[in-house]
Amino acid sequence: MAQEIGGHSTSFASTGRVDRWWVEPLVTGAGFLCFVLYTTWAMFQASHYWSEAYLSPLYSPLFYIDQTAQGAAPLAHAWFGEWPRWWPAWLPPSPAIFILAGPLAFRMTCYYYRKFYYRSYFATPPACAVTSYPQKKYKGESALFLFQNIHRYTLYIAIGYIVILSYDAVMSFFKNGDIMHGEFGIGVGSLVLCVNVVLLSGYTFGCHAFRHLVGGRGDCFSCSAGKEHLGHKAWKQVSLLNARHMSWAWVSMIWVGFTDFYVRMVSMGVFTDYNTWD
Amino acid sequence: MAERTFRVWRGDAEGGEFKDYAVELDRGMVVLDALHLIQAQHAGDLAVRWNCKAGKCGSCSMEINGRPRLSCMTRINEFGSDELITVRPIKTFPVLKDLVTDVSWNYDQNKRIKPFKPKKKDADGNYRMMQRDVERVQEFRKCIECYLCQNVCHVLRDQDRKDAFVGPRFMIRVASLEMHPLDVEDRVPETRDELGSGMCNITRCCTDVCPEHIQITDNGIIPMKERVVDRYYDPLLWLLRKITGSGKKKASIDSES
Ligand code: SF4
Ligand code: SF4
Ligand code: FES
Ligand code: FES
Repeated sequence: MAQEIGGHSTSFASTGRVDRWWVEPLVTGAGFLCFVLYTTWAMFQASHYWSEAYLSPLYSPLFYIDQTAQGAAPLAHAWFGEWPRWWPAWLPPSPAIFILAGPLAFRMTCYYYRKFYYRSYFATPPACAVTSYPQKKYKGESALFLFQNIHRYTLYIAIGYIVILSYDAVMSFFKNGDIMHGEFGIGVGSLVLCVNVVLLSGYTFGCHAFRHLVGGRGDCFSCSAGKEHLGHKAWKQVSLLNARHMSWAWVSMIWVGFTDFYVRMVSMGVFTDYNTWD
Repeated sequence: MAERTFRVWRGDAEGGEFKDYAVELDRGMVVLDALHLIQAQHAGDLAVRWNCKAGKCGSCSMEINGRPRLSCMTRINEFGSDELITVRPIKTFPVLKDLVTDVSWNYDQNKRIKPFKPKKKDADGNYRMMQRDVERVQEFRKCIECYLCQNVCHVLRDQDRKDAFVGPRFMIRVASLEMHPLDVEDRVPETRDELGSGMCNITRCCTDVCPEHIQITDNGIIPMKERVVDRYYDPLLWLLRKITGSGKKKASIDSES
């Protein structure tokens, strides 16, 4: 290691730190990778995403439904009906394929995720006071990563998902997910779906872009009339969630995966869902 | 308490080396105390910058076992009893002598920021603002200019882009003026183009090291990045401005919220 002035080295990943600084980027990097692998696997299953009244959040909303698939939802839940004929044969007929890009884009441009993946995957820097991966002319988010600025648009999409998943959670209290005629009841799965909505809301409504849009963009919370604007109240609430944004990000992400897993296992008959219908 | 060994970098811009010093410590001592003992007992010429010994003047920044810290606020009993304590000058700024660096680059950055420009006074000749409107800005006023955030920021520290980024301390300085309820100056264009808000990749090391616990990224840099998005990267807002012909000036953006 080149020792330079001040006793500092400039080679990649060099540091004077003596603690285990690599644990955090390693654990977060591996944790997220696990989630991506599971979601990709689950997406390509194209089956067992429905059971009783529960719809996996990885498959919602259902644009089209292939009724021949095992553990598929009743056709009534499809927005546009039967699975399209033009669908290429080499691609599994999975409703998840249509919709996963939305939440993925939201998370990939999230200010917290950016922090973690720039650290874990790009090593710029791997950890604080640990030498960054050297670049000829570092540009940060001002060139290639300029696209991060679309984050607020992915937020609008994410809010749409909150509405859809809330509907799914309500649906999970009615037999066969039939809100109009199904028998009202409650199962462990209903609770799993409800917790999912709560956690995703905590994450989505603690978003930095949301915090800016609801009030942060102004310079004065009570100017002109001297009374507190509604925006300030909203900004304060969002700020509370925002201060724990990282925790919401992880917990909500893990729970989405778990919700899919739970529905999948019940649908496959591996788990028994305790509910008031059976 | 027992004797402890400190490994201190000694040298100047030409070169230097680590030297070990053993000193007898008392209870409750901080790293700066140990450096003073070393000065008194072994090396009268050891250069250390300090003033308040209370974590308020921001002079005594250095890297202690690789972590950017204020040496007057780093208690020795937080290290293991047989852990060697290594002290280096901060990495990002040129060494003058031993633990003292030349941080004047930072003063030059401050000069690049447009100063406070107050709006017109109220009819009775007074300025009025409510506590809730200045709270955000007051957080940034806690800054003691220790430059630990500037030191740890990888854009300045490792990527050597002092030409393109003013660093976190001055991002919150811009934020403190931009968010000020009485200020009417517009600093959004230079925040992007000259001060380099896009260079920051929000990896948050500045926030992690700030001894004043200022939420540099969450409350300063990210809100400034969002204001840059409003102005340059939001197609809907752009269209709205084209239609209404407004938005060039900051005041018109404020009145909407
Ligand atoms: S968050 Fe931005 S300003 Fe702060 S240390 Fe990281 S790159 Fe530098
Ligand atoms: S923002 Fe914090 S770390 Fe940076 S100079 Fe000010 S007090 Fe020091
Ligand atoms: S900043 Fe994380 S979701 Fe927007
Ligand atoms: S001596 Fe003043 S902050 Fe340490």
